[in-house]
Amino acid sequence: MSILAAAGSLAPATRGFLSPTGVEIVFVLVGLAVLGAAVISVGTKQLVHAALWLVVALGGLAIEFLLLTAEFVAWVQVLIYLGSVVVLVLFGLMLTKAPIGRSPDADSGNRWVALLVALAAAGTLVTLVVDAFRTSWIDLGSGGGSASVTGASLFRTWVLPFEALSVLLLAALVGAIVLSRSRQAAVPKPRPGKLRAGKPVGAARAAKSPSSERES
Amino acid sequence: MHLAYPAVLAALLFSVGVYGVLARRNAVLVLMSVELMLNAVNLNLVAFDAWLRDALHAGQALTLFTITIAAAEIGLGLAIVLLVFRTRGTPDIDRLTALGDRVAERQNSADDTADASKGQAVS
Repeated sequence: MSILAAAGSLAPATRGFLSPTGVEIVFVLVGLAVLGAAVISVGTKQLVHAALWLVVALGGLAIEFLLLTAEFVAWVQVLIYLGSVVVLVLFGLMLTKAPIGRSPDADSGNRWVALLVALAAAGTLVTLVVDAFRTSWIDLGSGGGSASVTGASLFRTWVLPFEALSVLLLAALVGAIVLSRSRQAAVPKPRPGKLRAGKPVGAARAAKSPSSERES
Repeated sequence: MHLAYPAVLAALLFSVGVYGVLARRNAVLVLMSVELMLNAVNLNLVAFDAWLRDALHAGQALTLFTITIAAAEIGLGLAIVLLVFRTRGTPDIDRLTALGDRVAERQNSADDTADASKGQAVS
């Protein structure tokens, strides 16, 4: 808070980019960490490491939200992204039998075209954004995004989208259950390489275990 | 704080996500890159909410909605990826070409070779 107060008193005199305030320095440092983690996350050839670098990027973004005085959004980010989305991604990687270690075919053949498109998008967006908001200044007051303020605005003004979103979450939950349900009959198709005929007891157990594995 | 810092960071993060979506081959990693792009949008929303000092806090409310939709999206997306992996045996999106138009591709390639043989000297 003292940093914020000092920035507020000093800021109107010095609003150049060459004399950054303390909040800006912290923001830029954390932003560099976020950007580096994101680049490693999309560039590494080890698939599980990509998910773990995504944790660093999303956690750094939570710190950026805190620096922008959006406390409640920051904690929601930590809870939902770091708590559930990354765990879901890790489960997805493991259930699709992602190889441990370096996989040379992690990137598609058109990665240079993708790099070109991304660099073009970055150049255009950064040029436009810097040109548009070079002189804009955020007055960071405290309490702009605390839980009470956010909750009041959410349940007074935005209550109808909130309820619609709960219906959407329910629909997504039902859809995910329907999609991941095993759709086959009681007797699954035999896999190539596994002999099931002629072994009644072992065949029943062997036929049961993959389907229960699929249902989970 | 200058508004340019969060805006530039969001633009760069979005571009990193674009690269990941276009260049990755595993479908789960493509979903991760989509999450990066959504987070760039969240950063923009929060920064502009703080800049405009919105009385209704539209930016932060919309950020919460975006986070919820992203959670629903990754749940459904992973369910679809697991279903694809179960039926096709691969999460590789380059090899999922069952909906491709094979006949048209063949005809195009035949036309290309015909044009090439017409336009160029046969070596």
